[in-house]
Amino acid sequence: MMTEAAPLIVLAGNPNAGKSALFNALTGARQKIANYPGVTVERKAGHFALPNGRPAELVDLPGSYSLDPTSPDEAVTRGVIMGAQDGERKPDAIIVVLDAANLDNHLRFALEIIALGQPTIIALNMMDLAERDGLTLDPAKLEELLGVPVVPTVAVRRRGLEDLSAAVENRLSGNAPVAEPVVAKERDHGLRFQAKKIAQAAIVSETAGRRWSERADALFLHPVAGPIILLAILFVMFQAVFAWSEAPIGWIEQGTEIAAAAVEAGLPDGFFKDFLIEGAIGGVGSVVVFLPQILILFLFILLLEASGYMTRAAFIMDRLMASVGLSGRSFIPLLSSFACAIPGIMATRSISDPNDRLTTILVAPLMTCAARLPVYAIIIGAFIPARDVGGGVGLQGLVLFGLYIFGIVGAMIVALVLRSTVAKGPNAGFLMEMPKYQLPRIRDILLGLWQRAWIFLRRAGTIIFAATVVLWLMLTYPKVPIDSPMSQVDYSAAGRIANVIEPVVAPIGFNRDMALALIPAMAAREVAVSALATTYAIDAPDEEAEARSLTERLQSRWTLPMALAFLAWFVFAPQCISTIAVTKRETNGWKWPTFMLVYLFALAYVAAGITYWTAVALGL
Amino acid sequence: MARSDLTEITLDRLSLRQVAQIRSVDWEAMSENEGRRLRALGLDEGVAVEKLHKGMFGFNDPIALKVGRMMVAVRKSHAMAISVVLSD
Repeated sequence: MMTEAAPLIVLAGNPNAGKSALFNALTGARQKIANYPGVTVERKAGHFALPNGRPAELVDLPGSYSLDPTSPDEAVTRGVIMGAQDGERKPDAIIVVLDAANLDNHLRFALEIIALGQPTIIALNMMDLAERDGLTLDPAKLEELLGVPVVPTVAVRRRGLEDLSAAVENRLSGNAPVAEPVVAKERDHGLRFQAKKIAQAAIVSETAGRRWSERADALFLHPVAGPIILLAILFVMFQAVFAWSEAPIGWIEQGTEIAAAAVEAGLPDGFFKDFLIEGAIGGVGSVVVFLPQILILFLFILLLEASGYMTRAAFIMDRLMASVGLSGRSFIPLLSSFACAIPGIMATRSISDPNDRLTTILVAPLMTCAARLPVYAIIIGAFIPARDVGGGVGLQGLVLFGLYIFGIVGAMIVALVLRSTVAKGPNAGFLMEMPKYQLPRIRDILLGLWQRAWIFLRRAGTIIFAATVVLWLMLTYPKVPIDSPMSQVDYSAAGRIANVIEPVVAPIGFNRDMALALIPAMAAREVAVSALATTYAIDAPDEEAEARSLTERLQSRWTLPMALAFLAWFVFAPQCISTIAVTKRETNGWKWPTFMLVYLFALAYVAAGITYWTAVALGL
Repeated sequence: MARSDLTEITLDRLSLRQVAQIRSVDWEAMSENEGRRLRALGLDEGVAVEKLHKGMFGFNDPIALKVGRMMVAVRKSHAMAISVVLSD
């Protein structure tokens, strides 16, 4: 083990140097993503074969501008390169990835790494783009000046990969001709001027001329057209989430129905059959149905990120975000939170200001995530008439849109309050590189989607499954005696707990069934739907009643004000164990997740209450 | 210095498409971390910048600068700490 361990190669480089594309090209789809122990920085690892057939482990380090860290991500990069990071061996070789078109800026970090004297190889990446920009480089000259091997690559076209692994092998075997390192250990200014000098020496020719990326920005960053285009993109994105998902949702629903029918026909009546149909298939099925919507949302976010547009969106939104004390950098995590708060909260790592980051984490759960859609959809479908309010706009869609706005406005107010109280501090700056536009690679997008789908399905198979099963058991037992006047739900363990909670939520209009749905929905919001479905299935007095849809049952037991209060509750309520867990991880302790729980429940209670009382007063 | 007679303005007052050279940066006006990020993105004394874009209508904030072959977004508050001289 000790002697035969695969050598560890790490990829380092500035953000936007094409590191991830190179990583994907070298390792293929076999990647392992985990976190470094104690911190929340992602460790992306994979394997590739050296020319002699020996396997090597490849780790994609977080993009950094310098070995002088300004964020947790950069601290890990530094730690790994210095061999001082928990959970990582000292690397056997470092591949520094440079954007060929951006040499003078990227060389600075490369010089810092080369100065450490470890085995280093330079991947001069995106050579094709540089050439298209009218830039001709001399890799041999660069190699001579830097004193380390320089390999031109085009990661997305898989060009130069063999040369790169050959260079790595050479470095590992120690027979690479290593020139005297010309780099002196200098800080900041000196380093940058040195980078510029070397870059200029390596540039053979350079033709100026407006490039297409700049021309695109003349439109996308236009003070008037830019915001309009951004709004249009967001509009199309949210439309697509509903429009494109209809068909695949139908397929999944059919699938669960077929599965339930098969169990119904193939198993004898009894505990196991009930468990499978009511608990497993019904519960998990009602959640997996939302996979298409989540994937569509992620498809857009991945495309926006890979194309380079996301940083333009951040640029456009910065001024607005500044008015609530945040910056454009918070826009990307918050937009991701519309899919799911967990990747959103993890994306806050790129925010260097700690107060900005904390505020963004704390308001991320207010963005309407995909898990709320099942709850909103079932309640809106049951209580809001599908009426046209004019201009082809439906009332149901309008209410749904209102709930999104409700969450956004709530988040802005909360951010403003937090920035002047618990997350007080000077208004942080907004400093960001805006990379050139790029055509997203289908392979990379599909890989990203697959990873998201897998995380969601794993969640459905574990947390959501467990919560549904436990609820089902607690609703089924103890069994109500035949001669008892009580219903099964009232008699069951879950029913008794709900009867205790009910007085607390009764003032805001919630009945026992709603109180009951809130408990398992702590695991995940969408469980509220399966919980209601399970409750009403068990509560059904006869076969005929059992056959009625959840919608009909809700209509017969809830009033409109109750339904509206329930919707308002879910705009704010922090009902998601995973979000709490990720907040604890990202903030290193229980303080902020506890704060988040308390403030969001308080807001949920007040919002639901106000909604209920207002609706009752209006005679709805 | 022969060029000392040239007028210095702060970066935020640059017009679109105008090219200027950074003369000095008031590092005291920002935190150490911010200063480091600014330098990491190539904004430092002696560097030539071109103002490419400005933020949403009605605001001149943030601004997008061309630094070398890279485009960098900077807020007005930081741009005000950076003195430039116009290049001819």
